[in-house]
Amino acid sequence: MRENEMVRDAEHGAQSPVRRESEQSPAASPGGDGGRAAPSARTLTTWVAGAALVVLLAVLPLLNLSLPGILPGPTYTPGALQVLAFALLTAALALSYHLLFGVSGLLSFGHALYFAAGAYGLAILLDRAQMGLLPAIGVTLVIGLVLAALTGAVSLRVTGISFAMVTLAFAQAGSVIVRRNPDRLTGGEEGLALNTDRLPELLVGVVNTKYLYWVALVVLLLVYAVVAWIEHSRAGHLMAATRENELRVRVIGQRPYVIKLIAFVVAGVLATVVGMANLLLQSGAVPRAISTDFTLTLLVMVVLGGVGSRWGAIVGGVLYTLLDQRLNALASSAWIEELPSVLRIPLSEPLFLLGTLFILVVLFLPGGIAGAVGRVDARNRRRTGKADPRTLLEEVV
Amino acid sequence: MSTVVLLAITGLGLGALYFLVASGLSLIYGLMGVLNFAHGSFLTLGAFAGWEIARRTGADSWVTFLLSLVLGAAVGAVMAALTEFLLVRRLYERHIEQVLVTVGLGLATVALFEGIWGTDPVFITGPAWLEQTTSIAGARIPNDRFMVIFVAVLVLLAIVAFLKFTRFGLIIRAGVENRSMVTALGIDVRKAFTLVFAVGGAAAGLGGVLASHFFGYVSPLLGGSLLIFAFIVTVIGGLGSLTGAAIASVAVALLQQFANFYAGGTGDLAVVLALAVVLLTRPSGLLGKKA
Repeated sequence: MRENEMVRDAEHGAQSPVRRESEQSPAASPGGDGGRAAPSARTLTTWVAGAALVVLLAVLPLLNLSLPGILPGPTYTPGALQVLAFALLTAALALSYHLLFGVSGLLSFGHALYFAAGAYGLAILLDRAQMGLLPAIGVTLVIGLVLAALTGAVSLRVTGISFAMVTLAFAQAGSVIVRRNPDRLTGGEEGLALNTDRLPELLVGVVNTKYLYWVALVVLLLVYAVVAWIEHSRAGHLMAATRENELRVRVIGQRPYVIKLIAFVVAGVLATVVGMANLLLQSGAVPRAISTDFTLTLLVMVVLGGVGSRWGAIVGGVLYTLLDQRLNALASSAWIEELPSVLRIPLSEPLFLLGTLFILVVLFLPGGIAGAVGRVDARNRRRTGKADPRTLLEEVV
Repeated sequence: MSTVVLLAITGLGLGALYFLVASGLSLIYGLMGVLNFAHGSFLTLGAFAGWEIARRTGADSWVTFLLSLVLGAAVGAVMAALTEFLLVRRLYERHIEQVLVTVGLGLATVALFEGIWGTDPVFITGPAWLEQTTSIAGARIPNDRFMVIFVAVLVLLAIVAFLKFTRFGLIIRAGVENRSMVTALGIDVRKAFTLVFAVGGAAAGLGGVLASHFFGYVSPLLGGSLLIFAFIVTVIGGLGSLTGAAIASVAVALLQQFANFYAGGTGDLAVVLALAVVLLTRPSGLLGKKA
């Protein structure tokens, strides 16, 4: 992480379009980064807390915990597990978007394309090609990889807003194809149901939701591991450096285009993986999965959690999903019906409330949730006298 | 022959709608570097405002139609000016956050419109003449096409005149060219920001009313569907170039119409392909400044 920080500090004062993000990112990664140089007690605490959380999530289907207001029922019921599994998968998808936007600074509006490639690809292979689950997963992965590599290679020829527009256009093209339903392949507006003939029995049926929940958890852990590994590798440092200053990366003899393409393809393949898991969980694929709005909600999640923070992306994804579910339930509740229409109409539209929340976060809480936590953390430590060397350095600079 | 004429004029009408949206997008981007994702909502709100007034005062009179155009433009302008004043201005020079705020506004307002007016399209009628057709070279062309083209040309001329012959227009043109220099000369560019948003919003609101007559319905998703093509038009024409937006609007809409008819409904794909080709050969668009 050192190299990355040096680039970042050297950048202070220089003009860079994404400077705001760089200012947020030091505060935005609690734990993880600071511990790279010397494993401190703090890093250990983070690791233990993380491991405990994973264990808790893993045994959740076996427990009888009730969280009224958050989950529709006790944690062992299929309804609650379905919601939780969807939240975990959304978090995994947000994490893959974090690799694009948070780490590499690539504002893509077409990430839904690779998610949908996973969902639709697997559904079509299982149904039409009559493949077994594992070979179908393998082929879908290759499809996702090729698609991400091709579209990435074209769209990365341009930067900034033009890049965002080209990715948007590619996703739009995908959406058009899916909705047009060529050869009745994609099911058009109605979507595609999962053909369960060749699936293992454990993954089929409401009774077995807990296995799907575990699949979702494994997918999230896998995506987390890959993203964390990349962020800590040389490639990850180069991605961050490219985000901060492409010219300097070129000057030290690296090729920003290749680095960005790697980030784009890895994020795309991870999204494909999440898409496949989502197909199994939802027993189908719907055209909404490839819409621009879907990518925009991913962006909302990542920003809500805190740009540049892995934990932030996960928290943002889970929080958004749970809020969306709860607000939908709220919209149909009895006491909302009785309100005058001035209050009833806005309160019964979850997306209106989430959009407003998002605007408020962007305006008043730069760095999202992770940024706010980081600031509180830093203030506490300053009070106890144990200053983070990084904050000190920033104050000096 | 008659098919070609029909396709061409319908394409021109569609291009006129794209232009009404893209002109505002392009001006705003040129001056402020903000890609406005809430622009579709300005259009939708204008369309609903026009429909509401038509519903109350009798849909088939010309006075109502003119009134709905004026009201649509006014509502679009007010909403756009408020957006700039309350949201975008607070994030001065932070382009990514500015885009994010407009994304949030776009999502929230579409949801709000769905809450108020419902998710289903509302079918509308206008003055009787708009519903009729005119024969040109054997093709029977719906009259609303001509109306859309006529208004869009008027808007283009008005914006060009505004930019060329007024003091505010001068400031905006100078600001697009070099904003820091204009600020250094002691001119408050922020007024121009609000103004550009208002002009763009008015064009979008006008486009909304016309689009509702062109397609025959209003729905909360009307703006979003036009916005994506307006984005493509803006990028192809060159971000910040009004003339580029006008040329690209017509080219994109014609390409879309003809590909839809002659190549089995591949219009949208052809447009995306055109975008990829333009960006790969001329990354700054047809008439954009050298990046």
